[in-house]
Amino acid sequence: MPGKTSHERRALDGLSALLTGRFEEAGFDFISPDILQPADVFLDRSGEDIRSRTFVFTDPEGREQCLRPDLTVPACRFHLSHVADPQAEAQYCYAGPAFRYQPGKHPQEFHQTGMEWFGAGDAEAAEAQILATTLAAVKAAGLKDYTVRIGDLGLFHALLSSLDMPERWRRRLQHHFWRPRAFRALLQILTGAAKRPRTSISGLVDELENGDTALALELVTTELDARQLELVGGRTMDEIAVRLAEKAADRIETPLGAEDSATIDEYLAIRGAPDAAAVQVGKLAGAVGGTMTGAAASLNRRLELFGSNGLNTTGFEFAAVFGRSLEYYTGFVFQIEVTGSKGGALTIAGGGRYDNMLSDIGAGDKVPAVGCAIYTERLLDALGGGA
Amino acid sequence: MTTSCLTIALPSKGRLMEQAEGLFERAGYKIERAGAARGYRGIVTGIKDMEVAFLSSSEIAQALKDGTIDLGVTGEDLLREKIGDVDSILDITMRLGFGPADVVVAVPECWLDVATMSDLDEVSVAYYATHARRLRVATKYVGLTRRFFASMGVTGYRIVESLGATEGAPAAGTAEVIVDITTTGSTLKANQLKILDDGVILKSEAVLACSKALAGQPRIVDLRDRLESVL
Repeated sequence: MPGKTSHERRALDGLSALLTGRFEEAGFDFISPDILQPADVFLDRSGEDIRSRTFVFTDPEGREQCLRPDLTVPACRFHLSHVADPQAEAQYCYAGPAFRYQPGKHPQEFHQTGMEWFGAGDAEAAEAQILATTLAAVKAAGLKDYTVRIGDLGLFHALLSSLDMPERWRRRLQHHFWRPRAFRALLQILTGAAKRPRTSISGLVDELENGDTALALELVTTELDARQLELVGGRTMDEIAVRLAEKAADRIETPLGAEDSATIDEYLAIRGAPDAAAVQVGKLAGAVGGTMTGAAASLNRRLELFGSNGLNTTGFEFAAVFGRSLEYYTGFVFQIEVTGSKGGALTIAGGGRYDNMLSDIGAGDKVPAVGCAIYTERLLDALGGGA
Repeated sequence: MTTSCLTIALPSKGRLMEQAEGLFERAGYKIERAGAARGYRGIVTGIKDMEVAFLSSSEIAQALKDGTIDLGVTGEDLLREKIGDVDSILDITMRLGFGPADVVVAVPECWLDVATMSDLDEVSVAYYATHARRLRVATKYVGLTRRFFASMGVTGYRIVESLGATEGAPAAGTAEVIVDITTTGSTLKANQLKILDDGVILKSEAVLACSKALAGQPRIVDLRDRLESVL
């Protein structure tokens, strides 16, 4: 729809003010990050999938700028430019437009109302409070029927760390968590159930009988020299040699045990009421031990804190695979859903922990970060007050 | 029954123009430019009610997308680049057998550890971790690249739009990877680039395409049959 009527504008502003009012009462400082942002931060942070949905343009001096595709990164940039120490604890809330190209009928300009909490010392307490504050705000706005989906990407990370395999395999499995098909294929190769396909570089890997990096570096040097290849493309000979050596090492590595692979499957299948799911996670942690024990304890503690924050988890669903479409999150994730006008689930708010973001955009060290964003127009529609 | 006049777009310059006009003439059609010698409109003698628009190949792809022409001859690569879901709005009536070009993903030959898109995916992750910026892919095929990389599960890269001499980008340091067209591979070779094992995005050639609504109409079928008989 081209533009909003005064009625629609007031309804949206009213809802937005109600939500941020709640956030401010909870201690979050109302800030106004810039709409116009340097494109680099978003594009280097997000990769091409977000870029393809971001409105990017060139300013008169030739620098790439963009219309913010969300408010989280702008809030992070605000934090970095307003505090001397990025680790300093800060709680922000905001409301305003964001812009994403969406083929089809969805609006390309939409309104977000959200919170970000940086540098919180007690991770689970901050997570529980963010979810509780979000739910209290949407309920105060009048929302009655909704479901809350929760997950924890930290659990999967901990599970991999607790199973015996080379670190590079963990990295690869972690990376493919977001791509179920590739994940399955990789798991098959790591367990030896599927053979590694031969490729045009397999012959070169054949020459490296073990995973020795020094030997690989020698091979790379000889090969580039013999074929008179210039080193272009921004990667060093070391980087190339290390990956070649890893390929050779993969071949002679003890395959991932069938039991470990089954444990991964068992974990990924956990889904249901949070308390019951936590019991399953606890059992699994008891069996594998390691860092999984701490991660399971963190899940339990978070659920307890839900209770002490007044959250009733009836109607909540935990799913181990939840979070698969939200690549920048690193731990607890949640989504509040309503039934859309066409019967399907419609997300009206989502959030979680993203501890890598601030360091990725210049904070130096990692800064704990947890936040949430409400799709204000969707919430308005769900309340029956939209167009 | 009266039939409305159809507009066919033909390439206005280069080898594609010569080959397209040659094909039409062999099939017994004559293409005449109207007005000034280098006019942009013309007629095809031998088909009733068909007007010719002379446009660049990429304009033809755009005009087919916008529906401002009824049919046209252009490269399949340009159609698939400009139109996300070509087959839902256009009918690729026939492949013309000329203008061959593969759209491929190529990386520096010195990347001895990279053979597949899956390798590229892994390298993109490591590259970001080591160099704190995304792997850059130079191309003029932004749409094709995004869709292909997404289908292969590669997301950790960014596109640098290239307006020419894409194959020189890795050596010039403006990108690490390229997506470009190649016919014999010799330009890639000369620039010390190699095509990934599973990096052929599209095997393109010149095609005759028409709007979906026109597919199967007698005039189009007749045109196709006559062109096919001389291919």
